[in-house]
Amino acid sequence: METGTPKATIMDEKAMRRAVTRIAHEIIENNEGSANIRIVGIVRRGATLARLLAAEIADIEGSAPEVGLLDISFYRDDVTRCIAPVLHKTDIPFGLDGRDIILVDDVLFTGRTVRSAMDALMDFGRPATIQLAVMVDRGHRELPIRADYVGKNVPSSHEEDVRVCLEPLDDHTAVEIWDIEPKASEGGDR
Amino acid sequence: MLSVRNLIDTTSLTADDITQILDTAQSFAEVNSRAIKKVPALRGRTIVNLFLEPSTRTRSSFELAEKRLSADSLNMSGSTSSVVKGESLADTIQTIAAMNVDMFVCRAKFAGTPHLITENTDARVINAGDGKHQHPTQALLDLYTIRENFGHLDGLKVAIVGDLLHSRVVGSLAPALRTMGAEVTLVGPPTFQVMDPAWFGCEQTADFDSVIPDVDVIYMLRVQLERMEGAAIPSRREYNRLFGLDTVRASHMKEGAIVCHPGPMNRGMEIMPEVADAPYAKILDQVSAGVAVRMAAMYLLLGGEDNDLA
Repeated sequence: METGTPKATIMDEKAMRRAVTRIAHEIIENNEGSANIRIVGIVRRGATLARLLAAEIADIEGSAPEVGLLDISFYRDDVTRCIAPVLHKTDIPFGLDGRDIILVDDVLFTGRTVRSAMDALMDFGRPATIQLAVMVDRGHRELPIRADYVGKNVPSSHEEDVRVCLEPLDDHTAVEIWDIEPKASEGGDR
Repeated sequence: MLSVRNLIDTTSLTADDITQILDTAQSFAEVNSRAIKKVPALRGRTIVNLFLEPSTRTRSSFELAEKRLSADSLNMSGSTSSVVKGESLADTIQTIAAMNVDMFVCRAKFAGTPHLITENTDARVINAGDGKHQHPTQALLDLYTIRENFGHLDGLKVAIVGDLLHSRVVGSLAPALRTMGAEVTLVGPPTFQVMDPAWFGCEQTADFDSVIPDVDVIYMLRVQLERMEGAAIPSRREYNRLFGLDTVRASHMKEGAIVCHPGPMNRGMEIMPEVADAPYAKILDQVSAGVAVRMAAMYLLLGGEDNDLA
């Protein structure tokens, strides 16, 4: 993890919690309840957000939708020479057929991660719908993908890194903008 | 990232390399348990399976692993290659490599053939067994199976039993187990013992019964029946009496101990059917692990991306 300070903090913990609550309400409203909903988080931060979202829906609806974890490493279209593949667990303990799947990630950037995740989901079954929820949409899409539920739209430049920090993965919870060297501008969704 | 460019032997692998391959194999084992057992991880990559020696299980395991990674594969055997027309192996490799292939998986009768391939191509090379030398993916799938059972490898005691002299399992598994902190004892009749067990970092004995209660893993080697009636062993019956794993011997095993075998088994010879089919025998688990481990080895050598950024 890089040391230093962020250029700006655009969401603090409270703001993020409010965003999760709002998204939970929107999901329930759009899907007329939560009975047919299953939530799939893209590891790692999307998975943490997925659990928060499921807990929020449980508060509102009385029962928590099932949550799955999806690692999209094997579905990426930008496999180059080895760096150091960091694999995480994929664990989807429910059938996807006919379900409304809420796919959750932290940052929506180029759209390539989401495309890979949709490819992966299709290998697990045939959902009725896949809806996308993200904490931050930072623009710069390279594919025709849009989010159904957005915590905050954050117009950003390629020289900036938009980071969603989430406890316990990080030491605090916030959405921050960092300056980065143009060469290393690979953060977030690729 | 692995510290090696090619997978030729297990002695070149560090403990970190082995751990990374086994961890990656766990992810692929999950893929293999899905309804659709295929991921696009190596889409567009070309892998040549060069099998210069007959093989059924290793070859099908590699082919399946390649298909499940969405790689394109080209199968060549000794009899269908130009080697039979007198072309040197080096020329054959350079010719195939000129077609821009990404990896060679090579099974060969002679030790050193996969190494020779590495000197004639920039493509990655995996040794799928060369003579009596090494069979690294077999060793890795054995490690995977053992680790799945015990949750760790360090501190375990393993006995490798049988035809030690002609086995490439000894050459590849024993050093890998040592690298991971396990203790290995070689057990076999004097005519099948290795000249220098210390080279493998192992003890060696002919007294199977004294070893059984002490070890966590009994790894039975295949006795090569074609050699049996020669001078090495007086008779099959005697071999079975002294080195065969039957239910009586198995009853002296430590609680929680497991039995492995690289296959194919000679039931009734080195292993009795009741032992081979017992719950503590992990022989089919080894076969299943083979596909996941080979997927992991190919994925780590050919591609992979730091998805911590995702």
